[in-house]
Amino acid sequence: MTTAKPLLEVQDLRVTFDIRREGDLPWTKPRLLHAVGGVNFTLNPGETLGVVGESGSGKSTLARALIGLAPASGTARWQDGTNLIGLSPRKMLKYRSDIQMVFQDPLASLNPRMTVGQIIAEPLVTHHPGLSRETVKTRVKEMMERVGLLPNQINRYPHEFSGGQCQRIGIARALIVEPKLVICDEPVSALDVSIQAQVINLLADLQRDLGLALIFIAHDLSVVKHISDRVLVMYLGKVMEVAEAESLYTTPQHPYTQALLSAVPVPDPEMERSKTIIPLAGELPSPMAPPSGCVFRTRCPRAQPVCAETVPALMGEPGHLTACHFPGPFTADEIARAQVVEAA
Amino acid sequence: MALLDIKNLNVTFDTNDGQVHAVNGIDMSLERGETLGIVGESGSGKSQLAFSIMGLLARNGRATGSVKFDGQEILNAPLKTLNDVRAEHIAMIFQDPMTSLNPYMRVSDQMAEVLTLHHGLSKSAAVAESVRMLDAVRIPDARGRARLYPHEFSGGMRQRVMIAMALLCKPDVLIADEPTTALDVTVQAQIMKLLDDLQTEFGMAMILITHDLGVVAGSCERVMVMYGGRVMEKSPTDPVFADPTHPYTQGLLAAIPRVDQKGDKLSAIPGSPPNMSRPPAGCPFAPRCDYVMEVCQTTMPPLETFAPGRERACFAGIDTVRAGPKHHEDLPMEAAADDTGGMDIGDPEMNMLDALTDRPTTEEMADDNR
Repeated sequence: MTTAKPLLEVQDLRVTFDIRREGDLPWTKPRLLHAVGGVNFTLNPGETLGVVGESGSGKSTLARALIGLAPASGTARWQDGTNLIGLSPRKMLKYRSDIQMVFQDPLASLNPRMTVGQIIAEPLVTHHPGLSRETVKTRVKEMMERVGLLPNQINRYPHEFSGGQCQRIGIARALIVEPKLVICDEPVSALDVSIQAQVINLLADLQRDLGLALIFIAHDLSVVKHISDRVLVMYLGKVMEVAEAESLYTTPQHPYTQALLSAVPVPDPEMERSKTIIPLAGELPSPMAPPSGCVFRTRCPRAQPVCAETVPALMGEPGHLTACHFPGPFTADEIARAQVVEAA
Repeated sequence: MALLDIKNLNVTFDTNDGQVHAVNGIDMSLERGETLGIVGESGSGKSQLAFSIMGLLARNGRATGSVKFDGQEILNAPLKTLNDVRAEHIAMIFQDPMTSLNPYMRVSDQMAEVLTLHHGLSKSAAVAESVRMLDAVRIPDARGRARLYPHEFSGGMRQRVMIAMALLCKPDVLIADEPTTALDVTVQAQIMKLLDDLQTEFGMAMILITHDLGVVAGSCERVMVMYGGRVMEKSPTDPVFADPTHPYTQGLLAAIPRVDQKGDKLSAIPGSPPNMSRPPAGCPFAPRCDYVMEVCQTTMPPLETFAPGRERACFAGIDTVRAGPKHHEDLPMEAAADDTGGMDIGDPEMNMLDALTDRPTTEEMADDNR
């Protein structure tokens, strides 16, 4: 890890949606949905930050907020000191070539009526209108080759490609403007295992060669572990734990992280039989009315009265921060008790 | 006699692109009370195999071969026979619990319908039984929840409702088609545990269809690996993970990032799955295989028993496969394998660039909006 200036410094990022019901009068008190409730993290140049969490944890909303697709408050300070949150579209345009995004559904995120060449060239033409046709064409072809597409397929349409290839097109489109940061929102979850490995390898190679920073959002903890330098665990819009990948996966401190990791199926029958799953009681609370104090307390086997009163701050050793009043690995006793609660 | 005995099952679909051969000559059997995992990627034919057992193929689909349940032929059987089998013996749960439940009916009503229809129970008796079953799948406050509509349940709870509904008639076989794919890992763990418990409780056999080898490792006794509509390998669960003898299984296991291991570069399988409207003449995996030989291109290797309970369909010797693949860093990945019939028009670059320059830039569009 370099001590260089962070590429992106996010502080107290919040995304709140105003949910109006049909028939609400103009003066009805708005009902607020807190999708992201105060997230802090820093991202260094060239680093991969994995973001994991279950559905509804706010990880995709976080990504969308960073590129201005969701209404956010707080700060997301870019390298040059500008706060990206709340920037006017006109001012944001300057940063859009630095921050690109790869989306989950490879086919749905490509315009079916544009050819692959047009799709990949579009960001380039938008951000560098002065480029000649020849240069654009050469750059597009180079990029296609780079991501493993045949340059002679430049005139084909997205529907002619398989899912994995469409994701390669999406990656080429993101990389053609030479961004510093690429946000990948579940880039491989729609792909088959054998294709998934190809795309992960491609992303890792490109990142190393081009010195990109990645924010890699996924619900698959194994994939995130594989690609990330650091991992951020989210639950109900809050950061539960953020640490170096190795440290997070070998010595998880937060009860939620431990439960999550214990539930991941491992392709090894012996290990599957011998492992203990830490059960979580109940269901994800509604983000319209998140629990007071620690948002995880309603399902935490270790919850105490204090958890309902104060929101735990994100703290711990540098390189491994946990937002929990009682961090630390579960004892066998605690797991046994949690299993009894689950069975009841 | 095996509970379910499938011989030479073929499933084809008539489509505008010609005949699609989804399932090609599958033989398999299922014993009472056992759990069989069917593993394969999308397009491997694993779901169509299940649909043909249940007589649920789409209208343009045709199944040939034989599917015997307890000695009785059920493939292409008259509707009455099929309905009896579906009512009493084989039940199925699907991947997406939201689209498989009727959004207009209360959960209690759609569950009770099963019992009034198949067992002729009165409405109130059927509802009472449904509530009992919801209780059995560990839905808290089953009585109160039964009155709700499917959209009022979370994804995991909906899948529990689906399971409860499938178990109402106490089936001998439960076919679970990707039951946890749409769910979060913590919920997945709960559902898999529930299925395990229920299986012991009701003494059912289960066919678990999944693409996740981790799920198979956790809950199946035997595994059948499918690719391109054919069986690549059949084996008890443990040896297939410890000692995969088919190149596809081996590649699949090496391609999964693992949460319990330090990640090196993943060894991806090059190329992409075959187009089943034009299936390869030989082994469907041949174009992506590290051990491919000439004979693989023209002939499908037969499924041969090589150890007790273990079968594989591959011409390459077991020891060759066990020795591991040659390094294939330089092989082209997926892109080069594409021959899905794209049109190459005269001067491709020309119209691409014209279209580009015709489009207003974002800046211009922003100005227009001002």
